[in-house]
Amino acid sequence: MVVSTAAPATEVQVGARPQRRTLRDRLRRDWTLLLLCLPGVLYFVVFFYVPLLGNVIAFKDYAPFLGIDGSPWVGLENFVMLLEEPEFWTAVGNTLQITALQLLLYFPAPIALALLLNSLVGNRVKRLVQTVVYLPHFLSWVVVVAMFQQVIGGAGTITTFLAAHDVTIGNLMADPELFKLMATAQVIWKDTGWGTIIFLAAITAIDVSQYEAAAIDGADWKRRLWHVTLPGIRPVIIMLLILRLGDILSVGFEQMVLQRDAVGAEASEVIDTYIYYHGVINGDWGMSTAAGLMKGLIGAALIYAANKLAHRFGEQGIYR
Amino acid sequence: MERPTVAGRALKTAVLTAIVLAVLYPFGLAVGTSLTGRAESVANGGGYVLLPAHPTLEAYRLILSGGAVTRAVLTSVGITLCGTALSLLCTVFLGYALSRRGMLGGRPILMMVLATFLFTPGMIPTYLMVKELGMLNTYQSVIVPVLVNAFNVVVVRAFFQGLPDELFEAARMDGAGEWRMMWRIAIPLSKAVIAVVGLFYAVGYWNSWFSALLYIDDHDKHPIQLVLRQYIFRGGAAQGTDVAIVRDLPTASVQMAVLVIALVPILLAYPFLQKYFTKGVLTGAIKG
Repeated sequence: MVVSTAAPATEVQVGARPQRRTLRDRLRRDWTLLLLCLPGVLYFVVFFYVPLLGNVIAFKDYAPFLGIDGSPWVGLENFVMLLEEPEFWTAVGNTLQITALQLLLYFPAPIALALLLNSLVGNRVKRLVQTVVYLPHFLSWVVVVAMFQQVIGGAGTITTFLAAHDVTIGNLMADPELFKLMATAQVIWKDTGWGTIIFLAAITAIDVSQYEAAAIDGADWKRRLWHVTLPGIRPVIIMLLILRLGDILSVGFEQMVLQRDAVGAEASEVIDTYIYYHGVINGDWGMSTAAGLMKGLIGAALIYAANKLAHRFGEQGIYR
Repeated sequence: MERPTVAGRALKTAVLTAIVLAVLYPFGLAVGTSLTGRAESVANGGGYVLLPAHPTLEAYRLILSGGAVTRAVLTSVGITLCGTALSLLCTVFLGYALSRRGMLGGRPILMMVLATFLFTPGMIPTYLMVKELGMLNTYQSVIVPVLVNAFNVVVVRAFFQGLPDELFEAARMDGAGEWRMMWRIAIPLSKAVIAVVGLFYAVGYWNSWFSALLYIDDHDKHPIQLVLRQYIFRGGAAQGTDVAIVRDLPTASVQMAVLVIALVPILLAYPFLQKYFTKGVLTGAIKG
């Protein structure tokens, strides 16, 4: 408190000479703020930056009893072994297939729903629908998958209803062939509503006079959608696409773990589950860290590339 | 502009009704099933019933009679309360400090926070860190590794930056230090945004199950979501004490009763979340 009461005196003349202030003065003035930063900074150091360095075990033959320092260096051996492992390529293939399905089926869904919501005349109905469709976003994956199970699982209501009418669809939730589609359907159910928020905000930001001008020029709703609304939200669509591209190698880790018993590893193994089961469960520490490191680097490179591409096409992207 | 056509309106109404039903039906089904008694459930093929003819609280009475589910609920409540409080404190402290212009080291610290958006350290190095700190098998392990969310720091910081400078200047004239100004000015004026961030942390802690699976072997310390997973995907009770329950009651009812219990806090928090998240969080993020 002694130090902070000294603050006003120095502060009064602040505008005059910020550059002449010495480090000691600033430390005296800012020590409370620095102390406030401490817990958060400590967190990011311990659980972000140090583990980031911990990725060196991708280049080591890590053994828990030797520790990170004590384990011998093996160069790129972990990476070579990983790339020769067929199971890893299954995981990569599954990941890319699910990403493709999500881009194709999930990505447009919030845009479509936002446009639909925006076209509603009554505010009451819009509010009501929004309240309902945002809700699933806040459920845990355990709850979401359980909800799918009770409706279209082996004993689900739709399954038994159809069976009673001589239509057999079997257990959709345990069919390895259909798993990737089911996983995408779960994402659609959970996050389409939530995803509309950002698009609705973008639509609201469009200048109303553009619509008026278009209407005066005789544009019907289809043309207004095509020439006003969609161009208006294009920067947001592109920004989200870039972000999704950076995340191309991570798809619904929790979903996969939950449904692994039902559909098997062959259908549900993705890169993240590969890392979990091979690393934490089987103790292939070095190899699975190598997989994680590669995934992270490819993701960062993809974001960078996609952002560059967006600039090339005259878009804002996510950063400059 | 022209009025929508009748056919167009009918189509819109149909699509929206279908969407709303597709979202709400599973909720209703879960609640209905959890209230279904044995006889009715057996008579009904799969055991899932939307509207039970004779609703009974049997399933709830059994799972809440002191077995694994009761313990798991208490565990989850504890984790959520402690976790949210700690997360909020760290986030608000950091967000406040970074919102003050010209703080010593403010720029590098902000960069350090923002850099975490670009990359993740990965599961294995994080796991090894938790292990190294001796946190395996402790309640801390599901809180501390996810303590601060960089996005939330940015949101809180942006909101604090939007507060009028004159307030802080006046307080400084009166001899208030940064600590006082944070508690007396910044926080009281930002209750809404702090509430939203807190609710998001709380929902995250309540819904989390994988970190418990990863770090906690001891079944007695498992949170409700992990116990729910055990009931639904592993076809049975988590602990010996509950096996008798599953024998006495139709599985579907017990499963859905556990699911409803895992759901209730989310449903209770939802109206508050809904009230704030569109305006609070989005405006904060856009300003940032």
